[in-house]
Amino acid sequence: MAQPHTTTQRLGDRSLAARLDAINEFDREPVSEDRLQGPGDFIGLYAGEHVAGTEFVIGPLFVAHGVAAADLLMGLLVGNLLAVLSWAFLCAPIAVRTRLNQYWHLRKIAGPTLLFVYNIVNALMFCFLAGSMISVAATAVGIPFDMPMPGLDDLYPNSVAWVVTVLLVGGVVTLLAILGFERIAHFSKVASPWLLLVFVACAFAALPMLGVTSLGDFWAAANERIWTGVPIEGRVRFTFWHVLFFAWFANMAMHIGMADLTILRYARKWQYGFASAFGMYLGHYVAWVASGILVAVAIQEAGDVAPGPIAYLGAGVAGLLAVLIAGWTTANPTIYRAGLAMQTITPNWKRWKVTLAVGGVTTIAALFPALIMRLLDFVALYGLILMPMGAVIFADFWILPKLGLRSNYAEWKKLVVSWPAAAAWLVTLGACWLLNATLGWQIFFLGLPGWFIATGIFVGLSLMQQRSAGQTRVAESPTPTVP
Amino acid sequence: MKVLWKVLSIAGLALTVVPSLLVFAGSLPWRTHATLMLIGAAAWFATAPLWMQSSRAKRKSA
Repeated sequence: MAQPHTTTQRLGDRSLAARLDAINEFDREPVSEDRLQGPGDFIGLYAGEHVAGTEFVIGPLFVAHGVAAADLLMGLLVGNLLAVLSWAFLCAPIAVRTRLNQYWHLRKIAGPTLLFVYNIVNALMFCFLAGSMISVAATAVGIPFDMPMPGLDDLYPNSVAWVVTVLLVGGVVTLLAILGFERIAHFSKVASPWLLLVFVACAFAALPMLGVTSLGDFWAAANERIWTGVPIEGRVRFTFWHVLFFAWFANMAMHIGMADLTILRYARKWQYGFASAFGMYLGHYVAWVASGILVAVAIQEAGDVAPGPIAYLGAGVAGLLAVLIAGWTTANPTIYRAGLAMQTITPNWKRWKVTLAVGGVTTIAALFPALIMRLLDFVALYGLILMPMGAVIFADFWILPKLGLRSNYAEWKKLVVSWPAAAAWLVTLGACWLLNATLGWQIFFLGLPGWFIATGIFVGLSLMQQRSAGQTRVAESPTPTVP
Repeated sequence: MKVLWKVLSIAGLALTVVPSLLVFAGSLPWRTHATLMLIGAAAWFATAPLWMQSSRAKRKSA
């Protein structure tokens, strides 16, 4: 099979694709047997990655959306289970068979130019995601200075102090990202067990403020004072289905969207995809429930509902430290990833300059509290935008060979753009927009029909493309390694 | 030495979570819990990187 770099040069599209390839150069080969990792590594990785600064925001937003206690607990139980199954049955089996990261895998299917566009969109999403984490950290830094906190309805900066604090936090985070990504990544791993316990401790210490002093009191307080079923004004009321689909698709870009091919390609067995359960049930269950309890206390005491103040209610200064560390350590790798993708459009810039520019964009985004106060919508949008390419990868790997079509057709034909993949991406997003605009389907529910639309379009158009080119031979397996 | 760091790390985690359970049970004031959590954080971050780092280095050299 031709090396992608060579293909790129032949295509005469060197400027974009060659830049992108150069950045990912070190990662182009399938992972070798000696570099495979055991289940413990994946448990630690997933548990750490999903106990992040944004957990301090998502739990409170469920409360703001007036979800009922039973709906929340059951919705999270089932939604997180579906997320785990998506990692285990959709993403991991492809990851362990190809052993390629998402970049090189998608390149073979979509072609280098389409991949370039996808990468830039991905980078912009990363900037906004990192921005929300900087906002979260800023709410902790601002407390000692009596900074007015953004409220649940704030979309724009609400004070000069907020602007100054975000600029300072964004500046420091960017500077640290420039100085040493690896050390912060390690620090993040060290912090994650402690962070999880801070969430648990905050919840237990705050429960007496809601009148809960024994486990027997919890259910009544949960229904009457925390997840009451009554949304705050201007928010849509969340049902069991909202919670289920949000929990399932909060990381849609990672499992159904296949971004975690990059991680799971190191797994010895596809079953390691189930390790994601540790991230889902610790971060997206325990931490969301805990931060929901904290915001209920804040609302009862007419206090601020931003992450910093609610963590302070539960754990004092240690809570502030947790918000700051959680925001910072998760913003850092996100800025790094965005920088990698952005480097393709600024090939002559040194790494630090790209990181600085990305940090600047991220910090400006962080100025707007809308990013955290509308985080549920943003997270859903982020996943939805990137999901169709995951459906394309799935269909290319499993469905095309069964139809007698060739997988990795763009690479084989040396195409710079796979138009079935491009159409699957754009038409799916257009169709989802139509479902939203005409039928009023909320964004949380668009991922599932979107996946089927993307898969159908890609398979149908691939059939047309390959049949019209006379390519009806049985496809070769793209998978050299089957564990 | 590594055993000592690990013991101190675990003590740090215990100081992070156990006081909150005592607050919940009504046998510890909230303020004491907040102070103990801070001490626990200091203990964890001062000691955990030492043995976590060395485990990592050990794996590399293996």
